Amino acid sequence: MESQLADVLMLSRIQFAANISFHILFPTITIALAWFLVYFKVRHEISGHPVWMRIYRFWVKVFALSFALGVVSGITMSFQFGTNWPGFMETVGNIAGPLLGYEVLTAFFMEATFLGIMLFGSQRVPSWLHTLSTFLVAIGTSLSAFWIIALNSWMHTPDGFEMINGVAHPVSWWDIIFNASMPYRLTHMMIASGLTAAFLIAGLSAYRLLKGDTKLAPRKAMSAGIVVAALLIPVQIFVGDLHGLNTFEHQPQKVAAMEGVWETERGAPLLLFAWPDEETRSNAFEVGVPGLASFILTHDMNGEIRGLNEFEEEGHPPVKPLFFGFRIMVGLGLLMLAVSWLGSWFLWRRGAVPVWMQRTLVGMTFSGWLATLAGWYVTEIGRQPWLVSGVLRTSEAVTTVPGAQVGLSLTMYLLVYAVLLFAYLQTLFYMARKSVEVEEFEREVDVDLDELQARAAAEPNANHQEAR
Amino acid sequence: MIITEWLPEIFLVLMGLAVLIYAVLDGYDLGVGLLLPMDNEPQRSQMIASIGPFWDANETWLVLAVGILLIAFPEAHSLVLRELYLPAAFLLIGLILRGVSFDFRAKAVTGHRRLWDHAFKAGSLITSLTLGYMLGRYVLAFQTGWVAQGFAVLSGICVSAAFAYIGGAWLVMKSEGELQIRAAYWSRRAGWFAALGIAAISVMNPLVSADVAERWLSMPAVFLLIPIPLVCLILVVLVDQYLKQVPTRDDVGCWFPFVAAALLFLLSFLGLAYSFFPYVVPGKLTAAEAASATASLQFIGVGVAIVLPLILAYTAFAYRVFWGKSTELKYY
Repeated sequence: MESQLADVLMLSRIQFAANISFHILFPTITIALAWFLVYFKVRHEISGHPVWMRIYRFWVKVFALSFALGVVSGITMSFQFGTNWPGFMETVGNIAGPLLGYEVLTAFFMEATFLGIMLFGSQRVPSWLHTLSTFLVAIGTSLSAFWIIALNSWMHTPDGFEMINGVAHPVSWWDIIFNASMPYRLTHMMIASGLTAAFLIAGLSAYRLLKGDTKLAPRKAMSAGIVVAALLIPVQIFVGDLHGLNTFEHQPQKVAAMEGVWETERGAPLLLFAWPDEETRSNAFEVGVPGLASFILTHDMNGEIRGLNEFEEEGHPPVKPLFFGFRIMVGLGLLMLAVSWLGSWFLWRRGAVPVWMQRTLVGMTFSGWLATLAGWYVTEIGRQPWLVSGVLRTSEAVTTVPGAQVGLSLTMYLLVYAVLLFAYLQTLFYMARKSVEVEEFEREVDVDLDELQARAAAEPNANHQEAR
Repeated sequence: MIITEWLPEIFLVLMGLAVLIYAVLDGYDLGVGLLLPMDNEPQRSQMIASIGPFWDANETWLVLAVGILLIAFPEAHSLVLRELYLPAAFLLIGLILRGVSFDFRAKAVTGHRRLWDHAFKAGSLITSLTLGYMLGRYVLAFQTGWVAQGFAVLSGICVSAAFAYIGGAWLVMKSEGELQIRAAYWSRRAGWFAALGIAAISVMNPLVSADVAERWLSMPAVFLLIPIPLVCLILVVLVDQYLKQVPTRDDVGCWFPFVAAALLFLLSFLGLAYSFFPYVVPGKLTAAEAASATASLQFIGVGVAIVLPLILAYTAFAYRVFWGKSTELKYY
């Protein structure tokens, strides 16, 4: 019986992790891409230059596809609480329920309804109303992030509630929503979304240029992506540091695992590499900068960092995923810094980026995804063994559904997600290749790439240069 | 104060409202998906274009319904989804397939569109069948045994037919020419099945549940309730007669089948609501028993009171923008 429960727990955790990992990919793109679309549309409103509308039309399609994937995987999430984690709602439903409810009421309906007008309505409504619809979709996606991050942060740093007969009851909604880690997590996530969209736009536009696109649209879009990334990344590093300090204060065991600190120590080194071993409770192959971890976390070379051994009794998160996840995230952040600043320098000095730089950008197209996932793995695995810190353990919330059923549903989800992710990536690059051939997307529904290429071959001058 | 006392029942009514709106709105989306003719690509594109601007918002009503169950009645949410674990998983797979096919088909790699249309149709079918099956299990309070399972399967088929019925009616309203004639034919056929299914469920329900029988067959309720099945019957016959005439001259009354089908949904829903109110899980949990803390219901209640009218207003606005016959789906 015990091992059966352990199986269901592990399967349910894998299923939740798979669902939310797949899901977060798409909101991470759409939250910021919506604001990019507002920017493109407003530029078009102001200048009247058609290139901004061309950029808009290409990216609105990427948005529509990403949004659809986000919606369907998000619905899955709303069922997961009941199917796999009944203990969650039974214990903290009074808190979590209204926050989720506000997300549905204030965000989902607004974004879904105005998305219809944004995608298909520009010939049926005045231009300003179309711009307004785009704006409302952007507001909706950001509001959605606000509510869900509020709930997620509350699970890390719960506040504003009291426990009555083992059930959480709200005391102050303000304290619940704006709990200790919420402002940091929200800012960190919003900027992560900005970086993800910026590198996606830069990467896919660079891909178009490499495929021989001579039009103005991909160059403009690539520049926008590079510059936005260059502006956001230093802010992100700063905010990330603040978020880390906040975690150090409220969830010290998480930071200890991230830094690979076993024994409480002063002047802890910043480990560039190590192999944490939970059996021996020590690190192998340490390469570190002396005193730097203490300095970053306490702003004192001799500051004290509490080690994992202090938390052994009540339980601490597994060390390896946090230790490596954190390094992957930071490493990608530094790479983003180098690439976006170098790219901006090229744009500023030469007005264009060299081919090797374009290739690098194509390689970095989905770097935002990797960094975001790595970051979420650090913070979410770092919450274990708690589901809600200090209130509810993950193992106490899991379902009693038979393991075989969970195994079956998990297999189905994994299969579907694998196919969809493949199709998504394939479709994005296909759309980019197709846009090399067409002046702009119009009757896209009726034309495919083979047909276009045949047409171009038949009349070589058909591929007009765009008005500059 | 009185409002505070009635909060659980108010949320139960709200949840019912969300389910009803979902059944009508996503019902026609799913119906259109079920009816996709695999022998005619242009008609498929036309059909999907007619639901293009709406499906996403329509599906959100399901999220709201499940959301209210989760928010207001967490205990019932856990109980229902534990009982319906696998059907829920299938429902989600169906919704995923339907939702993504919409976008993938429009942007599909050369030659893959047909594949996505198959996925669209399969997704709609899986969703409709599981929704109906889940409704059947729910109505009988998750009883086991072959009678309950049979009832749930029948409910699955009936709900799918009802969706095809309203989907066809939607197309009669939103399309012209050959597609409209085809849609009228489909809708008519589906209508017979749906009517038969509704009748079968109406008869079976009091037979298998003593409580329901008591509510419907006691005096004088029975006289007040008689109009419900009567109006249903009249509507079905009228719609059937109208659909036989499509295309009508100047397209007169093209909205009638859709409105009538929506009315039929409303009446069936009222019938179910009358059978089970104030239970959240029939015969097991009432709204008051399953409700969350009053403070939580108040907090979200304020939001509902402010936001729900807004949602209804801009939903109406979106339908106005895309009023009339649907045109080719263009992204701009």
